[in-house]
Order: sequence, then structure tokens, then C-alpha cells
Amino acid sequence: MGNSVHTDIQYGRTPSRLEETRTRSMGRVRPGRAVQRRRKMLQSSVFGLFKISAAVNGAALVIIVYFLVANGWRAINWTFLSQPPLDSMTKGGILPCIVGTLCLSLGAIAVALPIGVASAIYLHEYARPGRVLRIIRLGINNLAGVPSVVFGLFGLAFFVVYMKMGVSILAGALTLGALTLPVIIGSAEEALRAVPDTYREASLGLGATKWQTIYKVVLPAALPGILTGAILGISRAAGETAPIMFTAAVFFTPSLPKSLFDEIMALPYHIYVLATAGTHIEQTRPLQYGTALVLIVLVLGLNLIAIIYRAHLRKKR
Amino acid sequence: MKRLLKMSSEHLDFFYGDFQALTDISLEFYENEVTALIGPSGCGKSTLLRCLNRMNDLIPYSRAEGTILLGNQNIYDPDVDVVTLRRRIGMVFQKPNPFPKSVFDNVAYGLRVNGVRDRGHITNKVEQSLKHAALWDEVKDRLHDSALGLSGGQQQRLCIARAMAVEPEVLLMDEPCSALDPIATQKIEELIGRLKEDYTIIIVTHNMQQAARVSDITAFFYLGKLIEVGETDALFTRPKLKETEDYITGRFG
Repeated sequence: MGNSVHTDIQYGRTPSRLEETRTRSMGRVRPGRAVQRRRKMLQSSVFGLFKISAAVNGAALVIIVYFLVANGWRAINWTFLSQPPLDSMTKGGILPCIVGTLCLSLGAIAVALPIGVASAIYLHEYARPGRVLRIIRLGINNLAGVPSVVFGLFGLAFFVVYMKMGVSILAGALTLGALTLPVIIGSAEEALRAVPDTYREASLGLGATKWQTIYKVVLPAALPGILTGAILGISRAAGETAPIMFTAAVFFTPSLPKSLFDEIMALPYHIYVLATAGTHIEQTRPLQYGTALVLIVLVLGLNLIAIIYRAHLRKKR
Repeated sequence: MKRLLKMSSEHLDFFYGDFQALTDISLEFYENEVTALIGPSGCGKSTLLRCLNRMNDLIPYSRAEGTILLGNQNIYDPDVDVVTLRRRIGMVFQKPNPFPKSVFDNVAYGLRVNGVRDRGHITNKVEQSLKHAALWDEVKDRLHDSALGLSGGQQQRLCIARAMAVEPEVLLMDEPCSALDPIATQKIEELIGRLKEDYTIIIVTHNMQQAARVSDITAFFYLGKLIEVGETDALFTRPKLKETEDYITGRFG
């Protein structure tokens, strides 16, 4: 087994513990050859399982991307990216969808990031541990588990109808913001928790107020972690269909949005429409794959920007 | 030289929830002296130290009863501003804890949060504090590099410089050398010897040789009580109580 040497080094503690046992019991603790072989086989088979699990994960992503690229790359050209759909969406491009999804994702983050970080600061830095805090946390965790279509209905009832925003970017961004809020609160809190208390004590010990401590020491130290949460949030927001189909997205609009109160097209909803609701489903197949490919690239691109920025922040320390 | 009383605790009790960590502590700290607090782990010496700048306020469900005087002011009076108090009583922690900022910004931090805006003044004060902490020559060419790139001993001296920049009156040190190697420890101890000309220093230490080397007064704690306090030389050579003797001769703890 080529692996066994490597594993022995990695788990260098095991022999020393054996030695300890040996001195204590003064008996024979060196396992027989059969036992040794069985242990090694068990180890390599369990490690093998772990490897397979990891490989399945990686393979799923690769297959999806390959599938999309193989089927969609032919659809992608400058017209596709720069023109609105034409001829009952069988021709033309998806520019309004790209713009719409960008507006919605950025809008959702603009809503959810400040509120989420503020909530996390309250929960982790100010709130006294106790029952109230536990109930709030429970609420947030449950919110994270609410199906996205329920958020869509909530957005329709509250933002679109009750707040009279109509089907608009604003209503969609707020709905998506509400959807991503738990993700952002959770990861921001995690990031705050990872800031060592010694930083806080050092700052307070110098006569800084609590807010100065949070603003000048804790938040900068937590920022890379908070950004990770924002990345997760924005990725989720960009790909959601159900929350926007009642609140922001429409079947077709040739024009780009001019204000927050305009309705828009969006990539995920467009895919849904092309694939299920059109009259030329077979004919638009390449367009469907092309749209999905653009969506994936867009999400990965947003992630990449955030990851680069995060690395930059980390390096600056 | 006449001894000037700087701080004192009077009948101080301290509780973490139901657990009483300090019982009836009355102890005086004098200007330009180093007072060492010694005792086995869990004896309350760090708790007392953290009462002196009310750092223990941060711990939920803890409370202090009794009086701690700084000058004539009881620092536990409701009208005392904790933020101002902590500027007057600096603290150096067990592990070096520089902020993930540049060397310069670390030292300037205390000035900035206390409202100093004048850049020239900040620059001067940073240089002066770093010189005072015997760190200037080692960092003067890398003031704008991250403080996390310094060695452990340098980081701890940086923390001392950072504490001194806001001109505190008292300097609390919580086992400042426990994470350092012997050479870095020696440097810090020399520094403490020089700093006491300007400050009242209170140091918690697990290292009895260190207490003997750096302090003028030593107080021995056991199970949350102050057992014995006296001049360091006397306490280490002629302890009055059996518990003290047992501890300093290494029979327990």
C-alpha cells in the first residue's frame, strides 16, 4: 500500500499511545500480523470511502458544467449577450435577463448585508446570553429553512401588494434580501466569533468604547469572513426562481429597467419560461442551455470577485 | 523615599455567578513600585487584576462587592466612566495580542480612540512609546508592516508600548512573559524595572523567580484569599505563614 507510510506519519500519535499502554500494562501489546493487516485494510477501505464521497461531489459539479458547456456554448455569441429576445423568444439574446439578475442580486445584497451584519453584531457583541437570544437564534435558523417559494408568496403579499411596490426590482430585491438574510447573519456571526476576545480586551483596555472596539478592531478582523457570507448569499440570490416569479420577473420585456420600480426579466426565470412555458420548447433548447451557462458563469464571476477581494484583505494584515 | 498610595482594594469580594472567586481582599498599591501577585492557578490573582480596570465587567453574571480606590475615587461607583478609567489603567495581557494592523497603527490606536487627531503629535507619541518600550530600533524601518510579523517578544513589547502611548497611571500585567522565551522574558523584565520610575505596576506571575526579580512587594493568594503580603525580599526569605512558605518552596501549587 503506497499510502500506509504517509498515514503513519500523519497519525504519528498512535504509536506513542501504544508505547504508553505497553509501559503501563507491561504486557504484550504489539498486535499480531493478522490484526495489523486487518487494521490496515479497514483503514484503507474507510479512507477509500471518504475519497469516493469527495470525488462524487467534485464529479457532480464537473458533469453539470460540462453538460452546460457542451450544449450551450454554440448559443453564446455577441448577439446573444447584447440583444433582447426576438420572435417569441426563439431568436435574439438575453441581455434584459442578465441585467435583471445583476440588479436583483446586487439589490438583495445591498439590502441583506447591512441588516445581516448589524443583526450579527447585536447578537454576538451586545445581546446578553439567555433565553431571548436563544429564541432569536432559533427563529433565524428556521428562517433559513423556509422554502424559497414561501418567500416569494410573502414578497407578493407584503412588498408587491401591501407596500404597493408592484412587480418591481425593488420588491424582488427585498424578497431575495429576506431570503439571504439568515445565511448572512449566520456567517457574519461565525466571523465575529472567530475574532479572538483578546483583540476586544486590548482595545477596551486602551480606553476605547465598545462601539469603537467593534468598528475599528472587530469588524475589520471579521470582514473576510463576512464577505464569505456575502458570497454565499449573492450566489443563492442570483439563482433563485421562486421568490422573483411573483415579485420582480416577467415573461418578457424588451426594454432595460430604468428605475427600481420597473419589472424585469431574470436568468433563472427565463430558463424556466423557455423550458416549460413557451410554444417552441424544442426549438429553444440551445437558448435554454446558453442561458443556464451564462447564469453559472455570472454566479462564478461574482464569487471570484469576492474571493479576490477577500484574499486582498487577508494579505493586507 | 516616601511611598505614595496609588490604588487600593478594600474588602473586595468577587463572584462569577454563584462562585466566589475573591474573598475580602484588602491590598494597597504604591506609586513607582512593582507589586507582584502570586499563587497557584485559580487562586484569584488574575481576577483581582482584572477588577482593577473593571475588565471583569465583560463577564456576564459576575459581580464585585467592596471598594477599589484609585486616588480618592471608588472605581466601582456608578458614576465612574469605565472607558476613561481603562485609559488611566493600562493592561498588558498574557499572550501578546497586537491588532492585525501595522506596528504604527497599533501604538496610535489608543490615541486615536481617545480623540487625538493631530498627526504630528501621534507620530511623536508613537516614536516615544516605542523607544520607551525598547522596541524602536528593531521596528523603526518597518513601522508600516503588520505587527503580526514581529516575534513574540517584540509583539509583547509592542503591546506595552501601545499601553503606554495613552499615558496611563497604572500598568496591569497579566503573566506578560508566560508565552515568551527566556531572552524575551529578560527584556521584558528589564523594561519593567525601568517603567516603574513612571508608573505603578501590578504584575501577575506564575514564575516565582520572576516575582523575586522584578517586584518590590509580593502578595500571595490562595483559594481567593490574600494570605500574605510584604516586601518581596522578606516574603521570599522569611515568610510569616506556613502556606506561603509551602508555596514558595514548591511544596504545592
